[in-house]
Amino acid sequence: MQEYFLLFISAIFVNNIVLAQYLGNCPFIGTSKDTGVAVGMGSAVVFVMFMATGLTWLVQYKLLVPMGIGYLQTLAFILVIAALVQFVEMFLKKMVPPLYKSLGIFLPLITTNCAVMGVALIVQREEFGLVKSVMFALASGLGFMLALVLLAGIRERLAVRRLPVAMRGTPIGLVMAGLMSLAFFAFKGMI
Amino acid sequence: MSRLWKEFSKGLWTELPPFRLVLGLCPTLAVTKTADNGLGMGLAVVFVLALSNLMISLLRKIIPAKVRIACFIVVAASLVVAVELLMQAYAYPLYQQLGIFVPLIVVNCIILGRAEAFASKNGPLLSMADGAGMGLGFTMSLTFLGGLRELLGSGAIFGVHVAWEGFQPLGLMVEAPGAFISLGVLLALMVFVQNLQRKRRGLALVEAPGHDCKSCGCCGKADNA
Repeated sequence: MQEYFLLFISAIFVNNIVLAQYLGNCPFIGTSKDTGVAVGMGSAVVFVMFMATGLTWLVQYKLLVPMGIGYLQTLAFILVIAALVQFVEMFLKKMVPPLYKSLGIFLPLITTNCAVMGVALIVQREEFGLVKSVMFALASGLGFMLALVLLAGIRERLAVRRLPVAMRGTPIGLVMAGLMSLAFFAFKGMI
Repeated sequence: MSRLWKEFSKGLWTELPPFRLVLGLCPTLAVTKTADNGLGMGLAVVFVLALSNLMISLLRKIIPAKVRIACFIVVAASLVVAVELLMQAYAYPLYQQLGIFVPLIVVNCIILGRAEAFASKNGPLLSMADGAGMGLGFTMSLTFLGGLRELLGSGAIFGVHVAWEGFQPLGLMVEAPGAFISLGVLLALMVFVQNLQRKRRGLALVEAPGHDCKSCGCCGKADNA
């Protein structure tokens, strides 16, 4: 139990998927100008990452390994993730329209969010079991959401400040992400 | 011929990724701890990008518009699998250094972005020139950033020690915060130089490019945006 708890906490804070593992940076910089958008994108990522990691784990151990075609992992995983995202989009549109309204526009972007595929690959390389994998995915998704919402809060404040023209927009966003990453470094001593 | 050169050379400066087109940030930040890794990653991207542009351009009349993103992904993923196998055979240490970022080339926005924005609309030769140019520009940027971080973080370039006696390496630079900060500062410097030139010519100042939907097109919704 303790092992799972430690894994959960360390995936959110110590090994934060964006700030320590360099995954999912395009949406991290791209969708962090507004807190509302950041929350929407973050929750869509948590949801898809959780499901995609479980599904790709099953594909790996029930399909690829028994058939001896492990080298097709990359191709199989990206197809599973793309199909899953499409399916989730259709499902939400039909069954849960309010949720679709808030998450819908972010879903197509998630296929090419490397954090989703990255987590699916990390759990394979670490050889986690199914339960451990989905827990790790859930924690990583929450870590992504945390970093994204925090950065959006900072950038909302920065938008009304006077900055040198050259620093406005993406450069200051990146520098702020660097400072946040530095702050998250402090969690290293925690575990 | 001049058109071919134009499409090739735009990736080297005017649309240099990831500085002018803010795409493919993850490998840019992750693998640039050293110049070696940056170069290796860049060359893998050149291979995938040039060939995926070529193949998508050849297939562009057969691929139905509705499922084009899925088709682009399949083409890119097949090429990435090829790169993975080639690297395992001929450059295993590099393959291990780059880790999961080799298979993650498939979700690099540059690949899908160029497929969507260029290869699906232009002929095979032009598309290949575009892919090769963008890929080489990406390689240049990654090698430069890697060299800078390696120099400041450990006093070496390409693994050769160049710093003077008593040089205090800035350990932060080879860690995650250094990656974000150095990319941000470089981007700002580039805009600053551009603005100096524009000021001299009496043009309006510009801000750094953002992650805009037009140049990415990853989600296939660029037309609506």
